[in-house]
Amino acid sequence: MAAILGTPAVTLALSNEEILRYSRHLIMPEVAMEGQQKLKAARILCIGAGGLGSPVALYLAAAGVGTLGLVDFDVVDFTNLQRQVIHTTADVGRKKLDSAAEKIAAINPHVSVRPFETRLNSENALELFREFDLVVDGTDNFPTRYLVNDACVLSGKPNVYASIFRFEGQASVFATEAGPCYRCLYPEPPPPGLVPSCAEGGVLGILPGLLGVIQATEAIKLVLGFGDPLIGRLLLVDAQTMRFRELRLRKNPECPVCGPRRTITQLIDYEHFCGIRGQEGPPSHRVPEIEPEELKHLQECGEDVFVLDVREPHEYQIVNLGGHLIPLNELPRRMHELDSSREIVVHCRSGARSGRAAEFLQQAGFRKVKNLRGGILAWADRIDRSLPKY
Amino acid sequence: MKILIPTPLRPYAEKRASVEVPARTVGEALHTLTANNPELRRHLFSDDGRLRAFVNLYLNDEDVRYLEKENTPVGEGDTLSIVPSIAGGRISRGR
Repeated sequence: MAAILGTPAVTLALSNEEILRYSRHLIMPEVAMEGQQKLKAARILCIGAGGLGSPVALYLAAAGVGTLGLVDFDVVDFTNLQRQVIHTTADVGRKKLDSAAEKIAAINPHVSVRPFETRLNSENALELFREFDLVVDGTDNFPTRYLVNDACVLSGKPNVYASIFRFEGQASVFATEAGPCYRCLYPEPPPPGLVPSCAEGGVLGILPGLLGVIQATEAIKLVLGFGDPLIGRLLLVDAQTMRFRELRLRKNPECPVCGPRRTITQLIDYEHFCGIRGQEGPPSHRVPEIEPEELKHLQECGEDVFVLDVREPHEYQIVNLGGHLIPLNELPRRMHELDSSREIVVHCRSGARSGRAAEFLQQAGFRKVKNLRGGILAWADRIDRSLPKY
Repeated sequence: MKILIPTPLRPYAEKRASVEVPARTVGEALHTLTANNPELRRHLFSDDGRLRAFVNLYLNDEDVRYLEKENTPVGEGDTLSIVPSIAGGRISRGR
């Protein structure tokens, strides 16, 4: 293949200790001393030290990538440990950056870690990307994915991409000079709420491992300049059937960021572009909310309150408030199970799905419907601390 | 022909991973798929009936945007893949 990345400006000699460490690379003609020196000179920026970022950082560090930048501002929590293998139980509560940097140093002290404790945004992305040769997108949301893509196109840095959902993943290499970018594939993001997130839909813990290792492989191939990179190809991975499929991607001549008639020549407001405004708050302002304390009070006073749980049956099995279970998807055809003359409090895990359910019921003519603010998680925090959280 | 349903849309397609439909074009195949399924239709098409910009359709391994779009002819042995964009992780709290 033609070199995607330029030849490094400086040749870095390997110490005897490094030669021993990388011996299984050095005896491969595809890597050899020259390739290992390219790896040592390489500067790779990994956005996110979570599910995808964990295997990416671990393998790139082990392989001898000289400079590894990490962007993250999150803190390790217990729900991360099922898949974010760079963090351990003892790291819960620590900054992901500190935890990741420590593991990288333990694996390979020859790697220089550059931690950036910041949220990647339109103000800092281009400046950050300038100091690296390629970017690995390990993010978990649409605004940052479009930001990473556009910043890669604008700064001429390859974007090693993967994303995951439940047991399915996608991977590709975007924003090389000849190849398509993420916007060529998806010009626009879905409207918020239409596509469920991993926090709602779950994710098989090994899946980011599979996809992250694919990203690390592609990053190393780009640095070494060997093999056929995933440029112009979208790899689809289905862990359930363990089938790998490949789709052909083309550079979209109408692409607003990398096409000949591009309209995007600088970074934009990606939260706005993805329609995410006020998402921290309740999903709907039209649906009245009820605090867990109020619901508890009403129940203790013997008020007639019908509790509707719109989660999935397998979530109900984990923990429930004894409510009537109708999963959100089934609500339209099972509405007849509800009595519109009664006070109805709808809840889910954290309040988003139940907000949509309450809004739907309101539109269907239910007048006395309220959304339990914060869902069963808030109930477990504030009313009944014996309940498990998930 | 066979239509492959991606994981995020399976809840709207009776949890099926694939369906066989008789069709002469890509458009016909989608119409048959969504005829009895307004929820799935809402995920694939906008209110004005246009295919949503974050959903891609591949006939075998080729993007139908670069074929004849919804008018692309299909045969019995063809596979139509629906490939929506997925972000991973959470949507409500940005990184």
